[in-house]
This record gives sequence, C-alpha cells and structure tokens, in this order.
Amino acid sequence: MNRQVAIELKNISKSFGSVYANKDISMCVYQGEILSILGENGSGKTTLMNMISGIYYPDSGHIIIDGEEAVISSPKDAFKYNIGMIHQHFKLVDVFSAVENIILGLSGSSILNMAAATKKVKEICDKYGFVVDLNKKIYEMSVSEKQTVEIIKVIYRGANILILDEPTAVLTPQETQKLFSILRKMRDDGKSIVIITHKLHEVLSLSDRVAVLRKGEYIGDVETKQTNEAQLTEMMVGKKVELNIERSEPVNTVERLEVKGISCINRDGIKILDNISFVANSGEILGIAGIAGSGQRELLESIAGLQKLNGGEILYHDPKTGFTENLRDKSPVRIKELGVRLSFVPEDRLGMGLVGNMDIVDNMMLRSYKKGKSFFLERKQPKNLALKIINDLEVVTPNENTPVRRLSGGNVQKVLVGREIASNPTVLMAAYPVRGLDINSSHLIYNLLNKQKENGVAVIFVGEDLDVLIDLCDRILVICAGGISGIVDARSTTKEEIGLLMTKTNRGDANES
Amino acid sequence: MKAKIKSNHEPLIHIAKKTPVQGWRAMLVRAGAIVAALLVCGILTVFLTDLNPISVYSSLIVGAIGTPRRIWVLLHDLAILLCISLAVTPAFKMKFWNIGAEGQALVGGLATAACAMFLGNSLPPHFLIPVMLIASIVAGAIWGLIPSIFKALWGTNETLFTLMMNYIAIQLVSYFCFVFSVPKGSGRLEPINEKFWLPVIGDNDYLFNILFVLVLTVVMYIYLKYSKQGYEISVVGESVNTATYIGINVKKVIIRTMVISGAICGIAGFLLVAGANHTVADNTIGGRGFTAIMVSWLAKFNPFSMILTSLLIAFLDRGAIEIATQHKLNDSFSEIITGIIIFFIIGSEFFINYSVKFRKSEKKEAKNK
Repeated sequence: MNRQVAIELKNISKSFGSVYANKDISMCVYQGEILSILGENGSGKTTLMNMISGIYYPDSGHIIIDGEEAVISSPKDAFKYNIGMIHQHFKLVDVFSAVENIILGLSGSSILNMAAATKKVKEICDKYGFVVDLNKKIYEMSVSEKQTVEIIKVIYRGANILILDEPTAVLTPQETQKLFSILRKMRDDGKSIVIITHKLHEVLSLSDRVAVLRKGEYIGDVETKQTNEAQLTEMMVGKKVELNIERSEPVNTVERLEVKGISCINRDGIKILDNISFVANSGEILGIAGIAGSGQRELLESIAGLQKLNGGEILYHDPKTGFTENLRDKSPVRIKELGVRLSFVPEDRLGMGLVGNMDIVDNMMLRSYKKGKSFFLERKQPKNLALKIINDLEVVTPNENTPVRRLSGGNVQKVLVGREIASNPTVLMAAYPVRGLDINSSHLIYNLLNKQKENGVAVIFVGEDLDVLIDLCDRILVICAGGISGIVDARSTTKEEIGLLMTKTNRGDANES
Repeated sequence: MKAKIKSNHEPLIHIAKKTPVQGWRAMLVRAGAIVAALLVCGILTVFLTDLNPISVYSSLIVGAIGTPRRIWVLLHDLAILLCISLAVTPAFKMKFWNIGAEGQALVGGLATAACAMFLGNSLPPHFLIPVMLIASIVAGAIWGLIPSIFKALWGTNETLFTLMMNYIAIQLVSYFCFVFSVPKGSGRLEPINEKFWLPVIGDNDYLFNILFVLVLTVVMYIYLKYSKQGYEISVVGESVNTATYIGINVKKVIIRTMVISGAICGIAGFLLVAGANHTVADNTIGGRGFTAIMVSWLAKFNPFSMILTSLLIAFLDRGAIEIATQHKLNDSFSEIITGIIIFFIIGSEFFINYSVKFRKSEKKEAKNK
C-alpha cells in the first residue's frame, strides 16, 4: 500500500528518574488512518503522545515530519506542525462561550471579528457533523459537549494529526458512537487520528491499525482487520489472560442499608442529590452507573458521613443486634462508634483514601491509630497488616516503608482496598476501584469484591465500564443528574438500556432519545 | 539514515526529574554547594572590596568560634534559633503558615519580664521562675491561638493574620517599655533582678538554655514521630480530605497545634529574657522568628537536622559580625555573603532532585551521520 507518512518516530526514549516511560520507540502514523495506541495504564501511551504534542521533550530520539526532523518543545510548536492533542482533562475557560474558547489565544488582527470567526467555526462543524451550540457557555455544557469544543478547537487551528487521550472514558455508549462517526469522517478527509485507549472493543470497532505498548516498549502494530481481542490482550499483557468475571448467585440476602429520599444541595444552590432511595442488600453487589459527576461521589460520601444532607435518611440495619441506626448527618467517627463497620474506597485514592507521602505502614494506621488510650502510636499491628496485604495482594513495592505515592496506580489501589477490607466491613463502598488499573489488577479487585459479597457484605460498586458493571453486579442503579433514573437487573439488562437511563432525567430537560 | 537529520534546533538544555539521591550523596551535593558558594563569595570579595578572601573567611571563622566565649555565644544563638524553629515546625508540617513566631516569642518574653517586675517582691525566686515560664507559655499560646481560631472556624488567611500579630506584639512591647522605662521616657526597661535569672550551671550562664533546648529537641522529635497527635498533624498537613475521611477533627488539630507552636515560641522568649538578655525590648527576638522558618524547611522538618541548619545560620551570623568589624565593612557586605551561601544551599536541593541534560555533544552528532 502506498501510504503517505504523516509523522515518524525514531528511537524515542523518555525517563522519569530511574523509570523508563518510553524506551527506544520507533513507529509511524500515516495520513488518513485511525491508529489506536493500546496499552495498559503506565505503559507509556500518554507520555509518548505528550512528546509529539510538545508537553514533554524526549531524552533521545527523533521526530520526523515531512522528511525533516521536527523539534517540538511546546504545544505551540506542535501546532506549527499541525498536530493537536485533546487531553483527558479539558482545558477550557468556563465562563467563555464555545466560539470564544475555540479562537482563544490565536494571533490575528488586533480587532476581533467575532462574526467571521463564528462563520469559520460553523463551516468546520457542518463539514464533520459536530452538533454543538456555539454560543453556549462552557460551564453549561455536558462533558461530551466540552469534548466536542476541544476537538473543534484543535481542527480550527489547522491540525491534521489529532491525538485523543482516552476520549471515551467520560462518554455514554451513545455519545461514543457519535464521536466515532465524526472521527471516521475526519479520517476520510485525510486527517490522521491517533486515539489512546485501553478498551479493546473500541479499538476493534474504530481503528484501522493498532499499535501496542507494554511497559514503555513498543511491542508492534497490527491491522485491525487481522486481529482479535485475545491476540491484542496477549500483546498488551504479555501473556494469555482469562477475561471472565465469576459471578455467584446472591444467598441469604437481607436489607443492610436503606437510603430513603436523600437530597443534597451544594454551595451554588444546585441539587446534586435529588430524592434518592434504594436498598443495598447483604451478599449482593449493587452497581452504580452514570455519567461522571452525576452525584455518585456525593451519594457515597453522604453514606460515609462526609456530606451534609438537606433531606431524607440513611438507615443501617445492624446484622448483630438487629437494631436500626439512622446514619444521616453523623460524622465518620460517630458512625464507627455506633459499631457500623462501613468501609469506603473513595475515588480520589491519594487525595482522600491514602496519604501519598506516608509509607504503607502509616497508611494502614489511618483507620486504626486512635485505638487504645496511649498518647503514643502503636506501629506493630499496622506493620503486620501492611506485610499481610503486600503478601496476599501481591503489592509490588521495595518494602513496607515505601511512600505510597511511589507505587504504581494498581499497587496503590491494592493497598487501599486491602486496608478497607481488613476491617471486616458489613458495608463496602468502592468508587471507581479499577480506574487506571491494568487487566490483571482489575480482575484481582473484582475477585476481592466478589469474595466480600460471598461473605455477606453489602457491596456498593461505582463503575464506569458498563461491560464490567453488567458482568460483576447483581443489580445496577443508574444515576443521572443527581436522581435515580432506574434500577435494573444486571443479568438481564443491556448496555444500551443503561446508556439511555444515564442520559434520562426525571425532570425531562435532557436529550430524551 | 535516508534523510539528513538536522538537530541544531534542539534546546540547549532541558531538565529531567531523577530519583532523589539518598543519604551521604545528598550531603555531598550540599557540601559541594557550600564550597561553590565560598568560591563565588571569594571572587565577589576581591571584586568589591579588594580584600584577600582568605583573610575574610578566616575572620568569619574566628568571629564564630575564635574564643571559648564566642563558642558559647554561638551555641546559645543556635539554641534560641533552634527553639523557635522547633516551635514553628508542627505548624508548618500541618501546612499552617505560621510566620508569627516573632510575635509569639516576643509576648512570651514580655510576660516573663512582667512577672519579674510585678511579682518580684511578693514571690521567692524558686517559685517565681516557674511562674515566669508558665506565663510565657500562656502568652505565646494565646498569640498562636487567636489566628488558629479564625483559620479553623472562618477560614481566614493565617499568613496575614500571624504577620499582623507580630506588629501588635512589637507595639505592645514598645508601649510597656515606654511606660515602665527607667529613667522614665528613655524607652528602656531596667534589667530584671539578678535573683530571677535562670540558674547558672557550672560557671556558664548559657548552659541552662542550651540544655533546655536540647531536651526540647528530643521531645519534639518524639512528639512528631511517635505520638498520635504528631500523626494527626502529618495527615492534616498532607491532605485535609484524607483527615476528614478518616474522621480527624481538623479544626481541633489546627487549634491544638497552633497553641503548641505559640507556647514553644513563648518558651523561647522566656529563655531569652530570663536566661540571657535579662530585659525585653521590641528587638529582643531580632528576626529569629523568620529565620526559624528557613531553618525548619531546610531541615525538612526533622528536629535533629535542624540542629545542623540552625548551626549553619548562627555560624554565618556570628562570623558576619566579625567580618564587618575587622575589615571595616558595613553589615551589608557580610549579609551578602550569608545570602549567597544560603542561596547555594537551597539551590542544591534542585540538583538533588533533578538532572540537567545538555544538548548532545558534537562527537555523538558526527557518529550519527
């Protein structure tokens, strides 16, 4: 095939301290193709793309564009070579409109011609089929709309090579399909699209070619047509992996936690939780699905006693005594004193669940340091617990005195989940516990949750990957804009059904489709 | 190589993070920084003053440790600076920017002097000295308590608040110095009665203060590292979110820690007034409340490392005075030298954590072609 090379990388290396993020990587991106960069977290995908888009500068190696070596030491340089990157975290000014954000920072004549700019942006939208209200302010937009603005912004600057870093992580299945059709149109227009992802089914349905990275090294690339899920996984992980989650039937379920009509209004007067009611049973995994930021965090934090509520109650049925406690507006300490064994794996691991600069032992102590009347700390038990977790969950660490921030994402999560499970909970809440984890670690966490369920714990699992939610949970609660839009049986539901519920509000102000 | 590769656009230098160098190698980098600083200072000395840098350095050393008396003065300076550094450390570890140590120590000193002045006639010395100590602790603690209450309950900015409290303390001392001055209006207080000076151990009047601070150093180290309260301070400092998540009462920890911080500052004021100066004036603390912040940070909040960092600063300070008098230079020049040395030491931390990579050499380039 006579394909035109858009960008060529030669022997690119980049290290952070003693860790190689990228090691001697050589690869090509062709014009008019969609290339997936596939790899587990920490395999160096984002680092590699950041070097092309000018965020990092390679330690060694060359980037060649049009036969000439390109020096890309800032995002501005990248635009000079018509390279644009859409990052996972959007970089938009909230109080500006879409158009204002798109033209922001471009030089031109000193008088701003808004009408002409809007016209040009509109042309781009029509050409590729973007649907977005250009005069809408960013803070009024949904995540998917914001992403659209980011993409238009990059194209407006003349990018021919578009790099998207995990673009579907925040989208519903429907929005993902829309994005894919736009990306295909762009490819047909001769643009090169590079998409960073670790979701296999997306790779297979979207891309023309797949390049696989593992531990910072380039494993190889294959035509999508000639490959399958099993082969890609093997390339990614380096060995064959079993991808099934074993789900047992719930036994002896009793009502453990009963949430009754809770509402919560944040500082800006916006309802973040709107009359939420559900029951979590023992011996069951209750999944919570929803677009990121629909109130999942606030819901879990209300149960954990970290969020002030404006209405409703949270009832805990104690399995030992048979008493019922109302946990509403009780502090975490108070809840613990009541004998409620509630464990919580928060979304923000290093910012909330753990202390990054402390070692594993001291992090174990977070839950238990208050025990006893002594003025001094007791480090012996936490140390034993740390050693046990390192051993049982195969945490990769030099020793138990390593600060947790030095551990990789998966190991950080093992430490956190391990600590939370160690207290023998009756209710276990986990928010995005596998975010950023590789396939093996993810399955280890699923197994741990399943084991807790079999032990009769009421497990609440907030997830983003619908395939996993459907495979792992018993029931799935779908949350949308702070309200419950449905509770479905995980064994009989479909991804599409959940996707629809995710965007359907009971107030009827969203895209009812 | 099919295409001619031009590489001359590559930036001359770029910076890369490396694994932090550990232990003695880091110390070596720091020692190297001091040597480099001395070289730069030497060149500057020749340039600006036409003096022989060796003789300037020798007067620096002589000024600091030239006679036994000077060594004791140096150790005492070290002790007081260390005491205030120990005081600010829990607050800074909690990420509470207490820049009010100056004022907290000063009110401690004022309380000590006041006790000696007004209770001196009614209480015996062995009873009054503990009273002085308690009064200074209470005064310092109150000076720490006020900004912490505002911070904990209403989220006010502690940096500005503690800074303002300094001025209040200074003005308060000026006021009392004026009102009770002898002779009236001179603005100077009469030294407190010799009966109420801190005990002299052996024949050295500074030894008590030095030993006192040494004990305090050990206590602070244990408090921060092995006590539950010290642990809470670390957690709150690292992440308020984590602290709330595990059920630490953050407000309580902030207030408690600042009371401790202020109280130890008060003790520093007590040691200075009762053990060394025997009087109080608005410049009694002499900026140590601010220098202490640097001492604490340079030592990365480790009380034992602080002995070294406060030694360094006290040493340079004493030496600088000697340079100024010996060579008939004004204070500014010795302060330049102190500044350069500290700048190099702080700068060396960068080289411990990062490496600077230069553009590839010509030789390698040639091999590529």
